[in-house]
Parts: sequence; structure tokens; C-alpha cells
Amino acid sequence: MVASFRRARKGGVSVTFGVDESRVLRHVFGEMIELLGQSAGSEAPDEDPLAVAVGIGTSTTVPTDPALARLFPDGYTDDADASADFRRYTETGLRSTKLAALQTALSTIGEPRQRVTLTPEQAEAWLRALNDTRLVLGERLGITDEIAEVIASLGEDDPRLALFWVYDRLTYLQETLVQTLSSGS
Amino acid sequence: MAVSVAPVEIEEADTESLVVPDKPWVTIVWNDPVNLMSYVAFVFQKHFGYSKEKSTELMMDVHKKGRAAVSNGTREEMERDVESMHGYGLWATMQHDE
Repeated sequence: MVASFRRARKGGVSVTFGVDESRVLRHVFGEMIELLGQSAGSEAPDEDPLAVAVGIGTSTTVPTDPALARLFPDGYTDDADASADFRRYTETGLRSTKLAALQTALSTIGEPRQRVTLTPEQAEAWLRALNDTRLVLGERLGITDEIAEVIASLGEDDPRLALFWVYDRLTYLQETLVQTLSSGS
Repeated sequence: MAVSVAPVEIEEADTESLVVPDKPWVTIVWNDPVNLMSYVAFVFQKHFGYSKEKSTELMMDVHKKGRAAVSNGTREEMERDVESMHGYGLWATMQHDE
């Protein structure tokens, strides 16, 4: 059984996850929260508390982890200085928004085989959480436009197969959520 | 648009800049292999308020040409758009309009 999002009343959506799905979702959202939470501390150890309070970070360089670099890309096409400034003023806020969306998603997975109904706000948090998780997985797996060929090239006992499976499930889930939200407006 | 009855005294207003705002910056969204086509079009509709047709057209431009200019405006406006796009997980940058 594969879960998909459906329309519910008042612009909300509902979904029922199976045992495996809810376990996998808890795991990946938990990992994402750890990734985003950890990097905040390790990359900017001298964070100024006052600056943090008003949402200004001290980080001006692209994160070294390619997955984080994908979540927080440069803001300017061809201007490293402007990109550094842009990052100082946006990365902290973006990080907390992404974390909040992941936390909302994590807390609304619900019990296996029990239907969960999400408000429109929670549904949007799910959309962002699923997308950010796919971006990180996509980076880790080296996803390209030729994903089918990459999967076909993996051996049966390749450990990455499990991650590809997770990526594929998240893609399907997100697609059903986008379709549901698009048809509801 | 509201119409004022009493004539308002104004100096020779620079109407040119009111009618055609100076919009030297653009937000570019770049293609990537992860973001879903449906999601990208959904974000354009939601954030910019574009029609489904325009959003789909822009999304197809990103998909086929590798990039598309999705909005233009002042530097501050484009910084807000780029920040929002990053919030949605889209790969966006801003630059001077060429």
C-alpha cells in the first residue's frame, strides 16, 4: 500500500501512512532537522546573540556540505560580495523556516494506518519539508535527469538502492500533494 | 483607480518614472534535476500570483532552456523574491537586467 495525499474539508488535505512509510518519514525528517540544526552551530561558532535575535547570521560563505549549499545557494548570479551580504541577512531566517516546516511535518505524520488531516498551513509545511528532503537526498545520491539509468546501473546489493527507494517514495508523495493543493485552489 | 475631484497642485511631475518604473533587476530560476515540474509551476502561481498558464510557461522555460527570468523589479524586491524562492527550495539568483 502506498500513501497519497487527498483533499479534505476546508482546504485541508488528508493522508494515511503505512507502518513502513511513517517510520521512514520520521527517520528522514529527523535526519533533516539534525542536519539543519547541527550546521547552524558548527559553521558559525562565533554567532553574535543579538544578531541571531534579529535574524542576521555571521555566515557569508556557501556551506561546504553540497546538500546544504543546495538548500542555501548564492543569491546573486555573478556577484560574490553581494551574495555574501545576502546570505548574512537571509540564511538564518531561511534555516529556521525550513526547520519549522520539517518539525511541523514530523509532528503530523500520525500513527500508522490512521488518517491524518492537515490544515492548509500544515500541508504547505509538508510540501516544503518533502521538497527540501528530496533536495538533500538528491544531492547525496547524485540525482541527475537520467535517474532511471542511474538506478538501473546499481547492483542488487548496492546500499544506495534503499535511499533511491526513499527518494522515489518522497517524490510520489510530493507529487500527490502538489496535485491535491493545485486542484483545491 | 480613484479620481480626485479637487485639482492637486503638483510640480511638473516626473510621470515617465511613474508609468514606466525603473526595474533594472531580475530574478532567475535555474533548472535542476530534483524539483518537480508541477511543484515549480505551483510555486510561481502561489508566490507571484501568476495564472496557471503563465506559471506553466515559465516552468517549461526553466525546464527546456535551463533558466527563466520570473520577475523583475528593484534590487530590494528581487532580494525578497530570491529569498522566497530559496525558501521553496528553488534554485534562484538575481542579477542586473541585460
